Amino acid sequence: MKYIDEYRDGELAQKLTAAIHSVTKGKWTLMEVCGGQTHAIVKFGIDALLPEGVELVHGPGCPVCVTPLELIDKAIAIASRPEVIFCSFGDMLRVPGSEKDLFIVKANGGDVRIVYSPLDAVKIARENPDKEVVFFAVGFETTAPANAMAVWEAKQTGVENFSILVSHVLVPPAIEAVLSSPECRVNGFLAAGHVCTIMGYTEYFPIAEKYKVPIVVTGFEPVDILQGIYMCVKQLEEGRHEVENQYARSVRRDGNVPARNRIEEVFRIVPRKWRGVGEIPESGLGLTEEYAAYDAEAKFDVAGYTADEPEECISGLVLQGIKKPAECSAFGSICTPEHPLGATMVSNEGACAAYYRYRRDEIRMARAASKGGN
Amino acid sequence: MADNGIAAATCPIPISKYPQVMLAHGGGGKLMHQLIEGMFVSSFENPMLSRRHDGAVFDVDRGRMAFTTDSYVVNPIFFPGGDIGSLAVNGTVNDLAVCGARPLCLSTGFIIEEGFEMEDLWRVVSSMKRAADAAGVVLATGDTKVVDRGKGDGIFINTAGVGVIPDGIDIGPHRIGEGDAVILSGDIGRHGIAIMAAREGLEFETTLESDCAPLADAIFAMFDQGVRVNCMRDLTRGGLASALVELSEASGHAIRISESAINVEEDVRGACEILGFDPMYLANEGRFIGFVNAEDADLAVDVLSGFEAGNGASLIGRVGKNPDARVVLESSIGADRIVDMFSGEQLPRIC
Repeated sequence: MKYIDEYRDGELAQKLTAAIHSVTKGKWTLMEVCGGQTHAIVKFGIDALLPEGVELVHGPGCPVCVTPLELIDKAIAIASRPEVIFCSFGDMLRVPGSEKDLFIVKANGGDVRIVYSPLDAVKIARENPDKEVVFFAVGFETTAPANAMAVWEAKQTGVENFSILVSHVLVPPAIEAVLSSPECRVNGFLAAGHVCTIMGYTEYFPIAEKYKVPIVVTGFEPVDILQGIYMCVKQLEEGRHEVENQYARSVRRDGNVPARNRIEEVFRIVPRKWRGVGEIPESGLGLTEEYAAYDAEAKFDVAGYTADEPEECISGLVLQGIKKPAECSAFGSICTPEHPLGATMVSNEGACAAYYRYRRDEIRMARAASKGGN
Repeated sequence: MADNGIAAATCPIPISKYPQVMLAHGGGGKLMHQLIEGMFVSSFENPMLSRRHDGAVFDVDRGRMAFTTDSYVVNPIFFPGGDIGSLAVNGTVNDLAVCGARPLCLSTGFIIEEGFEMEDLWRVVSSMKRAADAAGVVLATGDTKVVDRGKGDGIFINTAGVGVIPDGIDIGPHRIGEGDAVILSGDIGRHGIAIMAAREGLEFETTLESDCAPLADAIFAMFDQGVRVNCMRDLTRGGLASALVELSEASGHAIRISESAINVEEDVRGACEILGFDPMYLANEGRFIGFVNAEDADLAVDVLSGFEAGNGASLIGRVGKNPDARVVLESSIGADRIVDMFSGEQLPRIC
């Protein structure tokens, strides 16, 4: 398939792997920010191809993972109301709230629907004027334009029974939060190609400069990721800390300007709580004054909800690249994709779920071996 | 009666009178009698059904038989490449075939929601008849129930089937052995994507058709050509991954497969890339995996390739050691990963 096969080419992957091995002299820890990249790394076994000196840690870039518990509870409260049709992307339905998930709401008679575009939810609102239609607007900068477009269209066309439950988060503040942690051990970043397709990459210049870290905008296929790693390690070995663009077939310096304009019209920057990490200032998007009537939190009066994470869960540390999934005692025992304790086990793109799917035998064997040795 | 065995080219129940199925069509009285005689018996015409007995009575030779059942609740009931009727016949026929049984006869139970369009029922019944003829089975006995409007989803169908296992054939996970070749009978994932596209109104440049098809002829051709088949499994909801994991666990053997040997049509791959699905977990309704003696692998692929249902057959891997029950896939870039069953269901991702 065009634009896929050439980026999953085994020979090219081997060549890039050899190049990474030959350029690596020191010991480097790189963080891939996006959950899609984490998934590809584990799925294709990319980390197993790397030299000992290059370690990958997995970042906070899975929107399902970082959506705070209380927001799931808010979604559940809204979706349980008889007058509501609650629309969501599919992977949010499985995310457990404090007591249940949206699948349980659906099983108990709630009208919960999977849609593929927020504009579909606007259409449902138009077709069901006697219902309140709510869309769960989750995601990074990647999904923000479509969500902004849905609200904009609802306003333009006078659809008043539509609102969105917003939990938009932004990548650059998350990278800064990781870098400013005293435990941070990340030397370089692979920035998320899809996010930069929308936003461009000028936001990363001040971060690379301030923290002296190379940031390479990287795609999602194995060859993309290997090339991103090569570029990042090469910078580190040469003592450089620049913003480079590996994903040039999709990303322009200024991103997608019309999409950014739509985001700016509908959303404003707000502080957001990140699941497992806590509140990060200026790290999310909320609706502007002009679009406040489309804010489901206000419409259904759920703004005051709070919820605490399970104590055993170390997903916050995993999301910041401080720990890896295997270092958690709950991993694979009391915490599995069927019964996730925390964010990173819930989504396919969460680091714990990816390790559970593709690596749990290795982890089990390693644990057995270390126990045997003690 | 028309030559193809279907009583009439159009719906035999007077549409002007009953354009929809009424509760009384399942009530045991005249209307039900009219539906059964006019539509089911005349369509599925065969000696067993024509006796109008409480059950089908038939002779069997000495030997072994296979018996299976499955219920069909697919939504939408009509989709590119098939419908709930062809699915209900092929699904059960295929379950028998992968047991090494030549399908003989099926029972069919209809649960119909009040208000279901009579014309749609006719389309489903006609499709079942065509599928049964293609698979060489008869629909020997049946049952009809009509439930209140809102208590069903249009139509549900259960079919059960019996088949005869020829002498000398022993198929099952217990016969999987180290070195066996793993054969996949064609490209994967088309049924899953076709259903999803029809259900969700997703549009692609071309119309993807379900792979729904009967497998018995292709499977029995392998036996006839002397392929030593040790185990088979048809791929259904859990996809290729789940079938491999189940058989690895049931046999206690490791299975090693190569990603690049698995055929996935370009449109299916495209849809998976967009939606974040893995073709390994997509539903199929006309595909199976076969475990055959290593030296028979090429012959098996050749024989299967001669059938429409085996178009795109390939050798995808080998059976490894026992006990080491796990499935390992060599990815397209040459690294290994574990293949696991899916948790819950595949859900379209956010980004």
